[in-house]
Amino acid sequence: MAYYRSTVLVSMDPVCIEKGALEIKEQLIKELALLKLSEEVQVLDSPRLGDPETEGPDILVYPEGSHYIQLSPATVGPIVLEHFVKGRELQQYKAQMRDVLDEELGEPKDKEIRIILENIGKIDPRNIEDYIAVDGYQALAKVLGEMSPEEVIQTILDSKLRGRGGAGFPTGLKWKFARQAPDTPKYMICNADEGDPGAFMNRKVLEGDPHSVLEGMAIGAYAVGANQGYVYCRAEYPIAVSTLNTAIEQAREYGLLGKDILGSGFDFDIEVRMGAGAFVCGEETALMASIEGGRGEPRARPPFPASKGLWGKPTNINNVETYANVPKIIHRGLEWYTSMGSEKSKGTKTFALAGDVAHTGLIEVPFGLTLREIIYDIGGGIKGGKAFKAVQTGGPMGGCLPASDLDLPVDYETLGAAGSIMGSGGMIVMDEGTCMVDIARFFMEFTQDESCGKCVPCRVGTRRLLEILEKICAGNGEEGDIEELEELSEQIRKNSLCGLGQGAPNPVLSTLNHFMDEYKAHIYEKRCPAKVCRALIKYEIIDGPCTGCTVCARNCPVGAITGERKQTHIIDQDICIKCGICYQVCQFDAINVS
Amino acid sequence: MTTTPKQPDPLDNPQMKQIIDNTIAEFSEQNGALMVVLNHLQERIGYITKPMQAYIARKMNVPVSKVHGVVSFYSFFTTEPRGKHVVKFCIGTACYVGGVSQLIDKAKQVLGIEPGQTTSDGLITLEVCRCVGACSQAPVVVIDDQNHGRVKPSQFGRMLTDIQKSEVVA
Repeated sequence: MAYYRSTVLVSMDPVCIEKGALEIKEQLIKELALLKLSEEVQVLDSPRLGDPETEGPDILVYPEGSHYIQLSPATVGPIVLEHFVKGRELQQYKAQMRDVLDEELGEPKDKEIRIILENIGKIDPRNIEDYIAVDGYQALAKVLGEMSPEEVIQTILDSKLRGRGGAGFPTGLKWKFARQAPDTPKYMICNADEGDPGAFMNRKVLEGDPHSVLEGMAIGAYAVGANQGYVYCRAEYPIAVSTLNTAIEQAREYGLLGKDILGSGFDFDIEVRMGAGAFVCGEETALMASIEGGRGEPRARPPFPASKGLWGKPTNINNVETYANVPKIIHRGLEWYTSMGSEKSKGTKTFALAGDVAHTGLIEVPFGLTLREIIYDIGGGIKGGKAFKAVQTGGPMGGCLPASDLDLPVDYETLGAAGSIMGSGGMIVMDEGTCMVDIARFFMEFTQDESCGKCVPCRVGTRRLLEILEKICAGNGEEGDIEELEELSEQIRKNSLCGLGQGAPNPVLSTLNHFMDEYKAHIYEKRCPAKVCRALIKYEIIDGPCTGCTVCARNCPVGAITGERKQTHIIDQDICIKCGICYQVCQFDAINVS
Repeated sequence: MTTTPKQPDPLDNPQMKQIIDNTIAEFSEQNGALMVVLNHLQERIGYITKPMQAYIARKMNVPVSKVHGVVSFYSFFTTEPRGKHVVKFCIGTACYVGGVSQLIDKAKQVLGIEPGQTTSDGLITLEVCRCVGACSQAPVVVIDDQNHGRVKPSQFGRMLTDIQKSEVVA
């Protein structure tokens, strides 16, 4: 098996091609051949690497990760000589190493409005003065100096701010309940246990603008009458935890947290508590059990946290993004805030756009934009010119919506009515190459694994759902499976203790609802239309297009492909594990999936 | 080649025992201290053995069952030492759709172990983890707390052999 010591990726973005990427590639291959390096260095086409407009045409050399930009055929020679023969990086053509995280948040697109994300990347999250310079802590000063707690609650009620964790409960109402609870002390909790796979909005806010969350918590604490706050952050986010801790220390130094904040007599301090990798801890009662130091198992509600929460005391829990909205509403006023969004959902919502969409990353849009506007106008449509199949919103408790739902406006009610949920803001776009039965199976595997096991419908029910889905994907589906999935889903939804169990069947129900024919194809025809389920597909090499380039044979992890150079290769079906790598690496479309 | 060589319990090592004692002393006065103590011990020692759990329970005056209940509940707490290098596969939705299962296959092929296992030389542990929140980089592999995005199977095999080689040289 040939072993390349290096791989050169050449960006084949249309813009790069226009700027001469094909010539660059040709020149590269020529230079490498001249230096007899063709057996050691392979040259591959790649999707865009850097920014094609400013950096293209560009190449990326692995394993070093050297990114050479703004190339011309004339610069290729020196780079090949220096990099591959002398083993030195040629600095003058090399891109500055960029923080990888930056590409998660590009320049705002036309239909975006950035409120929550506006400071990110622009201020230093580890310097409180940067935040103060952009009017940070002005809202807290206003609240402490000019407003009564009741006035603050009324303002938040009037703003129609709703919980950004996904359920959409009016924040002002939550605060009012906590304020009215007679017991003391009261606690303020920020739920930063962003566990939905595919969602990273909160991480970005915590890492990029932590003070906006702290300020929102302090304002809320004043409104409900709490003196101690906790941010419960998942352990998968170590940078967010350290940024938060730095921010809290600085806020204490500046007298913006701690005793007698800004001379108002109001005391409030915040501690960060870390989770330890349990998805269910995003559920508020489980989260509180975890802060108390125990197993993060949810309990029945009522009593709601507003009356009996952390350590049995009145507690207000909001999500990161909810708190980050608060200072903006107070500082810039109701009129400004309520001018954005739809009738029932005001303001903006951040989404993490991921999956098969051209521009992945974080976006922030006013409520009421349609899914189509988000996916096509902001996300740039489907990657690689494929067809749209489904969009998954709301994480593992959400659902998959088909193309016919693309014109639905994004707000809590509409998504709920369509069989999905708003959730915290994960939005995963899937193209025609995605098998919806497999996706349902994937989510059920997640939920089944993350079920805390306290209540039977969720613990046993999700396991049974998973078994049926696995059976169908393995080609062993039978008559009655669909009915059983439906029946089980209904029971789990009705009888589970917390949101995890109640939402668990959503991916199954929504895919059954919108993609029934795929289930039927799996069960009755033993066929996976998207060609994903391994037991139901077969890879073969087509005689004509195969040039015998040996790329597939070299990349096959199990050595199932044989053939002479320049001869059509053959896949041994007994050895093939159907990983699909040959299909991906073949440059000549010579692999057929059936 | 799945099991890790038997090692003495951290409690038998005076240096480690000191760390354990200090950690308990540092945090046990807080509200909800158990999670805080365990999180720090997991970070400082790398794992929490059964004898350690019993020791923590005695020191903090809580039942061993509670300590064990918490340790076994959360996936971040481990009871066995992990390899020198930990390779985690993000199996969040975006990474799943982005082909992380091919990377797992590649690792199985190169190292001969499954996720959750450690190579017999104690060098590499494979793990799967929940979404690390770097979805725009999918598929993501986390090697020793460093995120690697848009990893391709061919490139990943080399990343693994590079780890092995770096140890041979060292």
